[in-house]
Amino acid sequence: MAIREDQNRFKDIIRGRIKENFKKYVTHGEMVGKRENDFVKIPVPSIDIPRFKYGAKQRGGVGQGQGQPGDPVDGQPSEEGAGEAGNQSGQHQIEVDISMDELADILGEELELPRIEPKGKPRQDALKNKYNGIAPVGPEGLRHFKNSYKRALRRYISSGTYTPDDPVIIPIRGDMRYRSFKVKNQPQANAVVIYMMDVSGSMGEEQKEIVRLESFWINTWLKKHYKGLETRFIIHDASAKEVDEKTFFSTSESGGTLISSAYKLCQQIVETDYPFNDWNIYPFHFSDGDNWSGEDTRLCMKLLREFFLPNVNMFGYGQVESKYGSGQFLKDLEREFPSEEQLVMSKIESRDKILDSIKDFLGKGK
Amino acid sequence: MANLTPELEKARVKILKIAESYGLDCFETIFELITYDQINQFAAYGGFPVRYPHWRFGMEYEQLSKSYEYGLSKIYEMVINTDPCYAYLMEGNRMVDQKLVMAHVYGHCDFFKNNQWFSPTNRKMMDAMANHATRIRRYIDRYGIETVENFIDSVLSLENLIDRYSPYIKKTTGKEEPERSKELSLLKVNRDYMDDYINPPDFVQFQREKKAQEAAKQAKFPSSPDRDILAFLMANAPLKNWQQDIISIIRDEAYYFAPQGMTKIMNEGWASYWHAKMMTQNIMNDSEVIDFADAHSGTMAMSPNGFNPYKVGIELFRDIEERWNKGQYGKEWNECDDIKAKNNWDRKLGQGRDKIFSVRRSYNDVTFIDEFLTEDFCIRNKMFVYKFNKRTGRYEVDTRDFPLIKKQLLFQLTNFGQPIIQVEDANFENRGELLLTHMYEGVEMQPDYMRETLKNLQMIWTRPVNLATVLDQQSKLIRFDGTEFKEFSLQEGPTPPAASSE
Repeated sequence: MAIREDQNRFKDIIRGRIKENFKKYVTHGEMVGKRENDFVKIPVPSIDIPRFKYGAKQRGGVGQGQGQPGDPVDGQPSEEGAGEAGNQSGQHQIEVDISMDELADILGEELELPRIEPKGKPRQDALKNKYNGIAPVGPEGLRHFKNSYKRALRRYISSGTYTPDDPVIIPIRGDMRYRSFKVKNQPQANAVVIYMMDVSGSMGEEQKEIVRLESFWINTWLKKHYKGLETRFIIHDASAKEVDEKTFFSTSESGGTLISSAYKLCQQIVETDYPFNDWNIYPFHFSDGDNWSGEDTRLCMKLLREFFLPNVNMFGYGQVESKYGSGQFLKDLEREFPSEEQLVMSKIESRDKILDSIKDFLGKGK
Repeated sequence: MANLTPELEKARVKILKIAESYGLDCFETIFELITYDQINQFAAYGGFPVRYPHWRFGMEYEQLSKSYEYGLSKIYEMVINTDPCYAYLMEGNRMVDQKLVMAHVYGHCDFFKNNQWFSPTNRKMMDAMANHATRIRRYIDRYGIETVENFIDSVLSLENLIDRYSPYIKKTTGKEEPERSKELSLLKVNRDYMDDYINPPDFVQFQREKKAQEAAKQAKFPSSPDRDILAFLMANAPLKNWQQDIISIIRDEAYYFAPQGMTKIMNEGWASYWHAKMMTQNIMNDSEVIDFADAHSGTMAMSPNGFNPYKVGIELFRDIEERWNKGQYGKEWNECDDIKAKNNWDRKLGQGRDKIFSVRRSYNDVTFIDEFLTEDFCIRNKMFVYKFNKRTGRYEVDTRDFPLIKKQLLFQLTNFGQPIIQVEDANFENRGELLLTHMYEGVEMQPDYMRETLKNLQMIWTRPVNLATVLDQQSKLIRFDGTEFKEFSLQEGPTPPAASSE
């Protein structure tokens, strides 16, 4: 089919293989827009051909619905005016709403990610009582009022004795319903992701945005495989501290960088909260590759070799390209651990390379 | 060609009969049953089975298939304005959907055939598109895909610079203006001594100036501003034959699609009006009511920030029908200010059906909204105008004031809500530069898009190009000479007196 040629041509342009100058029109946006009630928007890449057109912000438009003057209109108005020339086909949106679970599936499919095999450790099977059933017998304390009433009402109506003017319902024994529970065997694979990030002066806004996007995708994927996924966040410059998610992405410090400080803190957290035998552990460290001294780097290597690598599922190191970073740390790691399975390293040059890097991290099915 | 199942064919025959009994008058319509993948492909091609090779069709296809695969949208119907009409049904849709689509399609076909704005369109466009594809493929073989595609990209960026009304204007052709004599047209004088009285000096002066103005006008090219910029470039830019041909292809296709844009609200409203009427009164059986209601309400859904042409169209047609049935129009109605009388106004005229048929014949969206959008209607449909609020950084409901809603709607519909731009002078500053003017109507153009478009224009014109417009509330002249942009501020507005809306 001829359309396949056009499609391939388009994909090639998106990937920048042809027409480098065209890439600037590619409205990638970010892969993750908002996270509203567990729905995210994935913009499908598209190329805008430049035209003489009105600035969207100046234009405004006509809408329909509730609201007083001054109330916000949800979402972005569609770019197309009411009369865009075109076919009579149905509408298609560029932004698509999608649930997190589907998103993980799509991600896995697009990047051909293998399923993660939880480590071969004794599984924690939690027995749980779930009150999700209804039974005709049971203790009065668990009587399901609404259900019983409904059945009685039904009986009245079907026998024709119900009068709306005198709506008295008297239940009999057979109408009664009780809550009942089922014992559920919940196989649990527990996992924790510990994100560490260098927030020293050399990491700029763009670099942090990249880390934010990466961590979002990693979480999405891991959540699909581990129901009880926990996340912890550590920021560091010359010293490390644990923070919440919001702080993690908004903090900017200046000053030097001691990577080992973060690794030490991470070790501490793991040792106190996440015993190896019960937990699948995923530390990720993002930095621009600068470390203060060779001595500190050696300390890091030692921690990695002795503590992390033997015990964690995977240790991810993502190096974000920045103007100031030397990128030395990645080279050191590569030299020190040339063929270590548990250590996955990835270099993220720009926003466009995020997906490639996620594939690096998650492509091994660890 | 038609490959309908016996069941569908039976339904089609029945629906056609019902449509005709209501007075719909369609071209012969050929339905084809195709898979979702084919329908995505055809939709990407604007409804046609064959188009010239270009990545943007691939992009459309990619987006359509993605959103179909993710279960976000699917295309119910597609119909092409040709004679015979071609329409597509998707394999695997429910029977009730197929019936709905067929009823809807017959509404479109009737509209295509009878609305006067479609009268100049090429009804054999299927062949023309295939022909275009062959020509462009030939150029690709000869000059290479990069060269041809780059040129197409540039022309597409100017695709909207056509004069949508030109197909409806009969041009007087061939009449050259008679060569004017060089002499001033003064009154004839027999007696020399009377000269100063018959042709006083200020009259002579006036004639002299008039002459000079005419001469200046003649020297100017084009003699009057032209909105069909693509045609102008075709005729006057230094182009190779194949480039000229590509512009003509893209221009033809733009003109073909233009009436569909000009009548979007009416066309969809008309088709929806008929599918609803026929489904509810004649076609559906009891078991299909819920599914129909579901599908119908899905198409009619209003969203706060998107204006749904289906909804507004169908409601307006129903409103017109009711008003003309009850005689709620004319001087007496307009001047009545008794609310109670107005509410119970019913002259039992029964002219509604005739009226909507005549409306579908002669109106387009602009005239449709201008004449039939009423304050009552806006209130009932909860319409409002939204604007971008710079302070809060979001779009907000601005007003529910009827004149403003109407004004905004008309503005959006005029020229498809795109800036009106015309070519003013092809020998600007006597240097062979091109001068375009933007007929500024209170909304500025998006600057980055404007610059990129100018680059494409310059590529085709080869000499520097100029655009007179308004940027940051100042009249400016933007000039691109092939390497850099320059901005000059203009003393007065670049436009001659504000453009009257079309």
